[in-house]
Amino acid sequence: MFAIYKKELRSYFTTPLGYVFCGVFLAISGFLLGITTLYSGTVDVSSFYQVMIFACGILVPILTMKTFAEERRQKTEQLLMTAPLPIFKMVLAKFLSSYTIFVLSLATGCVYFLPLSTYGTMNAARTVGCLVAMLLVGMVFVAIGIFVSSLTDNTVTAAVGTIVIILVMVAASMFNGLIDFYPIRQALSWISVYGRYTYFTYGIFDFSALVYYFSLTVVFLFLTVRVFDRRRWA
Amino acid sequence: MIEIQNLVKLYGNKSALEGVSFNVGEGEIVGFLGPNGAGKSTTLNILTGYLSSSSGTVKVGGIDVFEYPDEAKKLIGFLPEQPPLYHDMKVSEYLNFVYEIKRCKLNRKKHLEEIMQTTKILDVKDRLIGNLSKGYRQRVGIAQALVGNPPVIIFDEPTVALDPKQIIEIRNLIRNLGKTHTVILSSHILSEIQSVCDRVVIINEGRIIADEKTESITRVAGDTNEYIIKVAGPQREVQSALRSLRGIVFSEPTGERDGDSYCFRIKSETGVDIRKPLFYMLAEKNWPLMGLEPQGMNLEDVFVRIMDNDMKKSKSAKA
Repeated sequence: MFAIYKKELRSYFTTPLGYVFCGVFLAISGFLLGITTLYSGTVDVSSFYQVMIFACGILVPILTMKTFAEERRQKTEQLLMTAPLPIFKMVLAKFLSSYTIFVLSLATGCVYFLPLSTYGTMNAARTVGCLVAMLLVGMVFVAIGIFVSSLTDNTVTAAVGTIVIILVMVAASMFNGLIDFYPIRQALSWISVYGRYTYFTYGIFDFSALVYYFSLTVVFLFLTVRVFDRRRWA
Repeated sequence: MIEIQNLVKLYGNKSALEGVSFNVGEGEIVGFLGPNGAGKSTTLNILTGYLSSSSGTVKVGGIDVFEYPDEAKKLIGFLPEQPPLYHDMKVSEYLNFVYEIKRCKLNRKKHLEEIMQTTKILDVKDRLIGNLSKGYRQRVGIAQALVGNPPVIIFDEPTVALDPKQIIEIRNLIRNLGKTHTVILSSHILSEIQSVCDRVVIINEGRIIADEKTESITRVAGDTNEYIIKVAGPQREVQSALRSLRGIVFSEPTGERDGDSYCFRIKSETGVDIRKPLFYMLAEKNWPLMGLEPQGMNLEDVFVRIMDNDMKKSKSAKA
């Protein structure tokens, strides 16, 4: 499993994809930090990270699009599938490698706090809360991306499909408040990745949200494993 | 070493395999032969655990592939139809990666060095796979299958799209591997299997239609009494002289002409070696014999014949 993890990480940096992702991630987060936090003259980063979720909805799919789609296109998945290695380990290794890149980018983005903190004292709890929330949301996004990538052998399809799913999930929580009918509202809140995010921005550690994000990740990784099982049995 | 029993594979309503069964003993080189779309790759993919079967069992070294996939997969080295190569990796990196995912316990450096030596890719080990020629890529694919020294090696059309020299090299390589491994080699090139394999299993439309020793198939077909001869002499007279020669049951000009020589297809009575009388007869008439070519039936013909029989059988069964 570690071998695949290593290979995936390596391939992010032997192809431009890894650099492009990190670069664009940092550029966009710098830009968004500028217009959300710096312009309004505060040192509160919560609104910045709220907007960042949307950016991640577009960036993360680019990170995950080739995980399985490319293997299938190049027919290299046959090597992985005929190796003495359970499928879930293969899926997990791919997930972890993409997530590592995401976490690295997010961590590097924290350098923006240095100039920011010279303007005033940042609220540590809220900042950490936001970062933890981003880590969790990113985890779900990566899992979704991996899942969609396993469905196709076309990287572009994988990326667009992931973007659509993520945006629907994020949008679900926004329309949530507009709907009067309780069952629909309840149903929408199940897939509302965004709604559970809010507590973290107040610096409150919401344990139920933690469970929610983790279970959602597991669900998508499980579905990915099922995709491979189904293809074998189909 | 390999036991395949009653393998059935359905893709939706379409059946790719309809009850395939055969065994491969330890140390055998078995050729797996069939036209495109006969179910060769499907069988091999099931055997290696890439696909599952709809029903039937596959055992490798006594281990059921479906029940204990990881244990069974350890025994198999597999070169799929398209070698599974990462084009952004160097050859040595790639083999190291394969070494790791196969969880080998052998001495890594020595083992990989040996494999690169047998497959003759040592000189390209620091080059990107994406930049290699097709022949080298194929050899890297073979090297990949050898990592971990699995007792069973499966090649799915290993010589497709290679040039004649590379084909010969790879066949020699496979023959050498056969001395120490159990090998299954799928191909639709019959002479390839003829030259490499001890046994041939022929598959058509998802069913095994023949499973025999290569020699016995060639011998059945090879007891030839047909020749193409080339004679320098007047065509019509040579033809009538041939007809009247004792032992010849059939003679006919092929229509080919080379300078003042003409070609004829002749057939002698069974058990008669026509070559000596033919030579003396032509020498007497002063028509030099320019060529004599035995028309042994090769595996191609055998294959076509078996397939024809098979089709007739299924037609009469339907009727």
